[in-house]
Amino acid sequence: MRNWGGSVVHFNWRHTVYGYVQSCYTPLAQRCYSHGGKLESDEEFDARWVTYFNKADIDAWELRKGMNTLIGYDLVPEPKILEAALRACRRLDDLASAMRILEAVKDKSGPHKKIYPYLIQELRPTLDELGISTPEELGMD
Amino acid sequence: MLRLTAGRVGCLLSRRAVVGMTNSGARMSSHSHHEVSDQVDMSQPMYWDRLDTPLPDRAWIDVLDSKDKSLKQKEKGPWTALSKEEKIALYRLKFNHTYPEMKKPSHEWKTVIGGMFIFFGITGLVVFWQGHYVYPPQPHTFGEEWQAKQIQRMLDMRVNPIEGFSAKWDYKNKQWK
Repeated sequence: MRNWGGSVVHFNWRHTVYGYVQSCYTPLAQRCYSHGGKLESDEEFDARWVTYFNKADIDAWELRKGMNTLIGYDLVPEPKILEAALRACRRLDDLASAMRILEAVKDKSGPHKKIYPYLIQELRPTLDELGISTPEELGMD
Repeated sequence: MLRLTAGRVGCLLSRRAVVGMTNSGARMSSHSHHEVSDQVDMSQPMYWDRLDTPLPDRAWIDVLDSKDKSLKQKEKGPWTALSKEEKIALYRLKFNHTYPEMKKPSHEWKTVIGGMFIFFGITGLVVFWQGHYVYPPQPHTFGEEWQAKQIQRMLDMRVNPIEGFSAKWDYKNKQWK
């Protein structure tokens, strides 16, 4: 971009357009910070999100913000992150959101049909414990 | 020549963007007054069905009657105690469309293609009418006789005799090669 003086002006589009998104457009091996800091490993990413949802007094806004951000990333969240999110729904007495989360991750898997059954399989103990029915069980697909 | 630093240019653009957005916000709220019977209050959290935003700012149904309220109370207990219908009802209270309903394909493409062809047709009629009523008569130089005489003249002049026009005419046998 050029200003009237003729010198080149650079805009940090990644800050304005992508904001807080921290994922890179590389194969999903690692997450990187948009500033160029230390690369975050998958385990650190997962741990960070599990901690976020495990907050004991999480409020509804934080749950919504967390889920919407997580779905915005170019990945399907690990079962342990989803488990923490579902438990957060339980603490907030919100069954509908729990089911919505399951729908959202199914949609995130896109053409890869095997991911969602795997996630449900991994989450089955949690789903049974909390009494969350999947949308399929309720005939909502 | 005005000299603006990078910061100033960025500041200007962001200010313009903010003004643009607030303008459109104000315009939208005044528009909705005409479009819907209830005025949509854009300053309140809104509900929307989006695939990439699973949990919108607001629940679908805000005003709960006593039946819904008692269901919400039951939701505070163990969810294993809820029946399937109750779970579906809780979902429908909070959300409008399910993901499969959001992703349902529409028949809009037929309208689009149909509209396209209608407009092509109208344009075709216009073009045809134009050709008949608007265009002046063709110049006399387009006539068969004139064209023949023109070609003969070009051959007599030896137009492009090496590689082009006259090179393709066989002068001995008076025909095209």
